Amino acid sequence: MSELLLEIADDELILGWRDSEWTGIAPFLEEDVAFSSIAQNEVGHARALYELVARELGTTADELAFDREPAEYRCSKLVELRLPEWERTIARHVLYEQADAERLERLKASDDPEIAGLAAKIDREEIYHRLHAEMWHERLKDEPRYVEALDELRPLVGKRNGHSSELTTLWEEMTSVRRSQPAGTTW
Amino acid sequence: MIYEVFRQERKGQAFQHAGSVEAADERFAESYAREQYGRRGESVALWVVERGSIMRIEEFVDELNRNYHRVDGYPLKEKLKEARERAAARDR
Amino acid sequence: MPEREQEFLEYVQGGGQVEAGDWMPDEYRARLRKFIEMHGNSELMGVLPEREWILRAPTLQRKLALTAKVQDEVGHAQLIYRVVEDLGKSREECLDDLISGKSKFHNVFHYPTKTWGDVGVIAWLVDAAAIISQKALLKCSYAPYARIMKKICWEESFHILHGRDVILTLMNGTEDQRGLVQEALDRWWGPLMQFHGNPIPTDEDPMFIWRIKSQGNDEARQQFLDGYVPQIWELGLTVPDPELRKDEETGRWHYTEPDWDELMSVVTGHGPKTEDRLDLRRQARENSAWVRSVLLAA
Repeated sequence: MSELLLEIADDELILGWRDSEWTGIAPFLEEDVAFSSIAQNEVGHARALYELVARELGTTADELAFDREPAEYRCSKLVELRLPEWERTIARHVLYEQADAERLERLKASDDPEIAGLAAKIDREEIYHRLHAEMWHERLKDEPRYVEALDELRPLVGKRNGHSSELTTLWEEMTSVRRSQPAGTTW
Repeated sequence: MIYEVFRQERKGQAFQHAGSVEAADERFAESYAREQYGRRGESVALWVVERGSIMRIEEFVDELNRNYHRVDGYPLKEKLKEARERAAARDR
Repeated sequence: MPEREQEFLEYVQGGGQVEAGDWMPDEYRARLRKFIEMHGNSELMGVLPEREWILRAPTLQRKLALTAKVQDEVGHAQLIYRVVEDLGKSREECLDDLISGKSKFHNVFHYPTKTWGDVGVIAWLVDAAAIISQKALLKCSYAPYARIMKKICWEESFHILHGRDVILTLMNGTEDQRGLVQEALDRWWGPLMQFHGNPIPTDEDPMFIWRIKSQGNDEARQQFLDGYVPQIWELGLTVPDPELRKDEETGRWHYTEPDWDELMSVVTGHGPKTEDRLDLRRQARENSAWVRSVLLAA
């Protein structure tokens, strides 16, 4: 079960990290604010999941989030990519939300009440993510560049056979401040 | 389109104008109003309405000073003073 | 001054409030709009130095707090540009002028952020300097602006706490971490002292005369020093100004006169990061122009 939880946590962390890249430069201000909340929710979901796993493994959420080597992350190739184009970001958002919904349903049915409970909480927040994704999909579905983006990214959903070099680049940036001081330093 | 947002801070309180968001349609307006005026749980409810649907009324006419239905139309001090004096005189 | 304008002046000086649809003197409207527009520009540009660190935040908590802070600033830009639009200048026109360099934004956002120490110093001290001005704007004669300032001030209160938390954690940490704070403070002190603007007597400051601002520049700076120098010193940090001291009799702070030439140069577009950041804005805007067209065409 830790495996599945880490998989979801890593997906949410890395996707949240990518989505947060839009804070300050999204296509317009209202959307900037809305999309930033989505990014924060994703990182928040990752944190809650890491906390569950951390207790089992005797570590902390931050150590799980930051102090593993890139190869140890269980995120899919879909979330690792840096996508500075809005149509590709939305395409990923739409595809991810669909796949994640199915995964969360399975987790909600877990025998472990803590896991099932957390999955239910996450799912309730994800309602707004799905509405947001649908809203954009409705608007962009006839745009050729968006259709291309969906086609480009669809094959990567759930692909966990190794990582792209983009994850390493992201990881290096993500951990640069943390690694500047000895492990265990408080920030 | 511009959508005006009214927020209610706590149940029972009046809705107050909070600001406005620019949005392509109602779905976007809902999403953006939620975010700008509710992401910290600072509102229990929002009313969101397209600006064109709001009727503005800013001029009021009272040429003949209709004070009969206002508190300032009833200066009772003098009358009360006289009535008290008269009652006191009757008692003597 | 024409009679109607004189009446308006007396009205605002007596505490009168003005709404979007009211008559206002041309000079009032022009100064007001320019002032508010510069504030909107500043929020929008202020996002850029900080967002670099969102991607490098060293813990999940810091990541969330910093993202939320920057999100707030974008939200403030949205609130402010809406007010400007209701005064007759569209958001697109404002962005055109910002990117072309025609309109200005505050000095502090023209400087680089070099380390995690900058993240702390900005949230703790730059935001503090800004809040002093913002609190004074709560009494702005133009009511729509005064109203959004309420929301802005309320949200800024968490920014300062976040800044303080980052700084205190660093000061209680390793020697290197304390070094980050001191080094950042050494670099930011000059711009901070220039932030509130050069000393103009309030009776010569049109912004004060029209009651757009309710506080003079020097008064704001004194308030900043009074509030924050003690906080800086009590942590064992030093301020890079040997003249800085409080005159116990007058209650006023003495300091080396800030470099007003530097301030002028920076706000007219010659800051170390001005061009890079305006370029980033231009690029982001161009790349997403198609999104706005799609949404308009409905």
